Formats: sequence, structure tokens, C-alpha cells
Amino acid sequence: MPALTVSALACARGGIPLLEGVGFTVPEGTALILRGTNGIGKTTLLRTLAGLQPALSGTVTGAGDEAAYASHEGGVKAVLSVEENLAFWAALYGTQVPEAVYPAFHLAALRARPAGTLSAGQRRRLGLARLAVTGRPVLLLDEPTVSLDAGSTALFAGWLRGHLAAGGTALVATHVPLGLEAPELDLAPFRARAETLTDPFL
Amino acid sequence: MRAVLLRDLQLAVRAGGGFGLGLAFFAIVVILVPFGVGPEPEVLARIAPGILWVAALLAALLSLDRIFAQDAEDGALALIATAPVPLEGVVLAKALAHWLTTGLPLVLAAPVLGVLLHLPAGAMPWLLASLTLGTPALSLIGAFGAALTVGLRRGGLLLSLIVLPLYIPTLIFGAEAVARGAQGLDPLPGLLLLAGVTLGCIALLPFAAAAALRVTLR
Repeated sequence: MPALTVSALACARGGIPLLEGVGFTVPEGTALILRGTNGIGKTTLLRTLAGLQPALSGTVTGAGDEAAYASHEGGVKAVLSVEENLAFWAALYGTQVPEAVYPAFHLAALRARPAGTLSAGQRRRLGLARLAVTGRPVLLLDEPTVSLDAGSTALFAGWLRGHLAAGGTALVATHVPLGLEAPELDLAPFRARAETLTDPFL
Repeated sequence: MRAVLLRDLQLAVRAGGGFGLGLAFFAIVVILVPFGVGPEPEVLARIAPGILWVAALLAALLSLDRIFAQDAEDGALALIATAPVPLEGVVLAKALAHWLTTGLPLVLAAPVLGVLLHLPAGAMPWLLASLTLGTPALSLIGAFGAALTVGLRRGGLLLSLIVLPLYIPTLIFGAEAVARGAQGLDPLPGLLLLAGVTLGCIALLPFAAAAALRVTLR
């Protein structure tokens, strides 16, 4: 059963159409890796699916209330501790922070530390741990492994595999091989045909 | 929504949150006035309602850009917008947090500073009442202005220019209520209009601010 279906989706960034005719399905329990050069529109596609910006056209089913979005920035508050950061997201999503989150993201020793004193990689792990707190099955991940070292990347890939095995779904934009057995989707064929935005003053 | 309120309060009282900054600014502005206009009690008593209200306005303005700017910077705003809470509720919670950390301390400090300006004792209850009724509107209008300017670099000045004109009705009715109270006249009309402005702000501005945020997040 497909958990996430996108058909004939067109999306724009800053008024400039980037992608059109995007269509794919991600069945339950699997992931789809988004590929494409910088600026092709991976982030725009994910933000559109997350509901942050309206699609120009096309339909999406399975995102919305099923999905949790992870951006480049983790939304981590520097003056709150690791525990407080996660507790906030749990309260917002009406869930509890699962105890398993701390070992899964290697945060057990950092629980009481203010997030501002964490390294970039540790902060990233905290940002990703938020996904486990939301309890959402469909994950929209935008470059989840930025600033993670090889060990942390493997740790995250392991958690993601567990999430998929439990019936979850993920759409991942990444340049780094995560070691997932997942199909890849190259966005290059969906590049919007250059809308001739001619400047009348040139 | 309660989570947003509690988190914003927590952020405000932690280091770098700026809690107390508005209050200190309010006190300093009011204390500076006698140095500027001289110590004559009659003059001070006559201008005290206006001074207290203008100072409260400026103090509230000081911390407005914090309402959304920090969340926009670290990406939390986009993540909150995708969470299962209405953005209008988030705006209301954040405006309430701003009022609790800025407006409420001003209300409580105002009588002390009123004494400093020789405000007649009879006007004190009306000062408290008018600030209690009026400062929530300052936070809500401010939240709206902050939502409009959140996407802009160095939007603080623009925020002041947008918000200050919108503060005029609150200022007029608030200061007028206190001035009438000081002269022994009936301050009720001013207070009622002030309450009306605040209720209108509570009813309308969360929607306007949420719409502005959605455009910014696009």
C-alpha cells in the first residue's frame, strides 16, 4: 500500500517554477532517495510536500498529517537542554519522548547539556531525534546527514532502517550514500521548462 | 499551544532572553523625564499619564522582534508550522508570552514610577487598569508587526515604523483614561474604548499574523 503518492506535481521557489510533472509513489516500509544537482529543487519539493508552500499544480496524498519534516536547520534552541528541546516537540505533537531516543541518537550522556554547548554534529543528532519524538510515519528528510561523521551517519541510517521496518516511510534528499536499499529518483528530468522570464528593461 | 507558551517563557527568562530589559528601559525613560522637564510637581503630574504610556509603548517595542526572529533563524518556525497546531494559536501563545514577560512587569512597576512623577494617588487605580487593559494590545499588534517583518534582515527598524502608528489608539485612550482619573473625572469611557481595542486585536490579529507568517515561510 503506497504511503506517499505524488502525481503531476509542479512547485516553485520564490516565484520561479523549478519542477513540474513530478510523480512517484513510496510504498509503506520503504524509502525513496531524491537525487539531483544543487538548486534542482530537492528542498523546494520537500517543503511543498510538508505543506510549507503551496504546489503550483498536482496532487499529493499521504503527506500532511502523516508527515514530519526535517529541514537543514534543526530548530534547536541553544539555551534549552537536550531533554527540554525534545520535550517541547513532544508536547507540540501530543506525544511522549520515548526513552529509546537517547541511546538511538547517542544523546544519553548529553541529556542535561544546554544545546548551545553541543557540537554541530551533536546538535544535528538532536535535530534528527525530533523525528522519533513526533511519532509520524512519513519522514521528509532534507540532507539529514549534513555535519554528521561516518559513525553518526551509520547510527542514523540504522535508526531509519528500523523506522522503515516498523512500517514507516521516508523521502530523503541526500548526497551521501546512507547504505539504504532504496530506489533513487533523479529530479533532473522534471526540471521546469525555462519559463522565459524576460526582463522588459533589458 | 501551551507548549509554545511555556517554551517562550522559559527562553525569555534564560540567559540572553532579554527578560527585564523592557522593564529597565521603562524605568530609565520615566526617571529621565524629570531631568529633562524640571522637578515642578504640577508640571510632572500633568504630563505623567502621557509619559508613562509612551514609555510603556517604547519598552514593549524593544523586545518585539524576538517574538518570531529567533525561531525563524534556527528553523524552528518552519518546523512549528508543520506541527499539528494552528499557526494562529501559536501567534496567540507567543503574544501572551511576550505580554507576560514584558507587559505585565510594566503594569506592576508603573505605580512606583507614577509616584516618581507626582501622579495623584487617585489616578493610580486607573493607571493600573488602563495598562492592564492596554498592554495586551501592544503585544498583539507587535506580534503582527513582527510576523510581517520576520523574513527581512535587520527588520527591527521597519518593525518600529509599522507598529508605532498602530499603537496610537491604545496610547490615546490609555493616557486619556489616566489623565481623567487624575483630574477626578470619569475615566470609564477611555477604559472601555481601550478594552475594545484590545479585544479587537485578540480577535483579529492572530489570523493576520499567521497569514503573514505563512507568506514568509513560502
